[in-house]
Amino acid sequence: MNPLLILLGIGLIFQTLGSLALHRFPDVYTRLHGATKCSTFGSIFIYLGVVAYATTLSTPGLILGAHTLLVMLLILLTNSTGSHAIARSAYRAGIMPKQAVVDKLAEEKK
Amino acid sequence: MQKNKNNDNITPITAAVFSLLTYLALTAGSGSILLWSLPELIAAIIFAAVTALLVYRVFNSLKIKTTPAFLNPIRWILLLAYALGPFFIALTKANLDVAYRVLTGKINPGIVKIKPDLETDLGITLLANSITLTPGTLSVDLDEENNLFIHWINVKHPEPKIEDVCSCFPEWIRRITQ
Amino acid sequence: MSFMMAAAGLLFLIILCFIRAILGPTTHDRLVAMDTTNNMVVAVLVVLGAAYNEIIYVDVAIVYAMLSFVSTLYISRYLEVAQ
Repeated sequence: MNPLLILLGIGLIFQTLGSLALHRFPDVYTRLHGATKCSTFGSIFIYLGVVAYATTLSTPGLILGAHTLLVMLLILLTNSTGSHAIARSAYRAGIMPKQAVVDKLAEEKK
Repeated sequence: MQKNKNNDNITPITAAVFSLLTYLALTAGSGSILLWSLPELIAAIIFAAVTALLVYRVFNSLKIKTTPAFLNPIRWILLLAYALGPFFIALTKANLDVAYRVLTGKINPGIVKIKPDLETDLGITLLANSITLTPGTLSVDLDEENNLFIHWINVKHPEPKIEDVCSCFPEWIRRITQ
Repeated sequence: MSFMMAAAGLLFLIILCFIRAILGPTTHDRLVAMDTTNNMVVAVLVVLGAAYNEIIYVDVAIVYAMLSFVSTLYISRYLEVAQ
C-alpha cells in the first residue's frame, strides 16, 4: 500500500468523525470536544500526507513541504485557543451545559 | 540608565529578529543568495524593522508575565520533546475516545476545577491548550489565581486531582517554562 | 488523483458542517460549525496545492488560517459583550 493513501485515509476518517460529532452531541461544549480534537488530528494527518508526497518531488516540492509544515504548526496553536475562546464566551453568555452532573463554575460565580 | 532585574520587557531588537526569521521562513527558496533573492532580503530587513517598531510597545503594554530565560535553546528542545512524546500520545488517545463517544453517544459531562500552581502566563497558556487537545477535557475559564475550570466529558469524581485530568503535563510545563 | 478524491471528501464534510450552522439552536453552535468549516477549508487549500503543484495555494492557506483564527476570537468576544 502507498503510505500517501494511508495517511490521507486516516485524516479523512477523523475529519468525518469531527463533523459527525457536531450532529451527535447535545450542546455547545460537547460539540466543541468533537470538533476541535478530531479536526485538528485529521488535519495533521492530511498535512503529513502532503509532506510525504512533497518529499518525492525535486526542489519546489521541498518548499511545498516546508510551507505545509508551517500550516500544521499554525493549526495546532490556533485551534485549541479558538475553541477555548468559544467555550468561555458561551459560558459567559449564559449557556449551561446540558446533562451536567457537576458545575463548579456556577457554584463559584454565586 | 538603571537596570531592573525583574524587567523582562521585549526590546525592539528581539522583536525585529523574530519578524525577520518569520519573513525568511515564509519566502525561502526565492533566489540564489543562499536561498533568497536580493530584493527579498532588502524587503525582509525593512519590513522587520517597521514591524518591530510598531509592535513592541503593544506587547509591553499587555504586562505579560514571561520567563526571562525563554530564549534558552534547551527549553526549545524540551518543548519539542514534549510535543512529540507525551502530547502526541495523549492526542491519539483523545481522538479514539471521542470516536467511541460519537459512535455510542455515552456522555456524562460536568465542569470541574483544578489548581495547576503555574506562575507564568506562558505556562498557563500551554497547559490550557494541551488540556483542550487531550482525552475528554476542554478548558472553559480561568480565575485570578490561575485556577482552571475544565469541561470534562466523563466525570469520574466531582473534585479530581490534577493527575486524573491531565496526567503528567504540569510537571513537563514547569520544566519547560520555569 | 488521490488528492482530488480527498478534496471531494472534504467538500462533502463542509456541507455537513453547514447543515449544523443552519440548524444550530444558539449562535455559539453556529460559531462552532464555522470554526470547523474554516479548518476544513484550510485543509482543502493545502490538498489542492499538492494536486496542482502550485505553492501559492499553500501560502493562501497560511493567511486564511491566521485570519480565521482572528475572526473566531473577535466574534466570540463580541458575543460575550453583546449578551
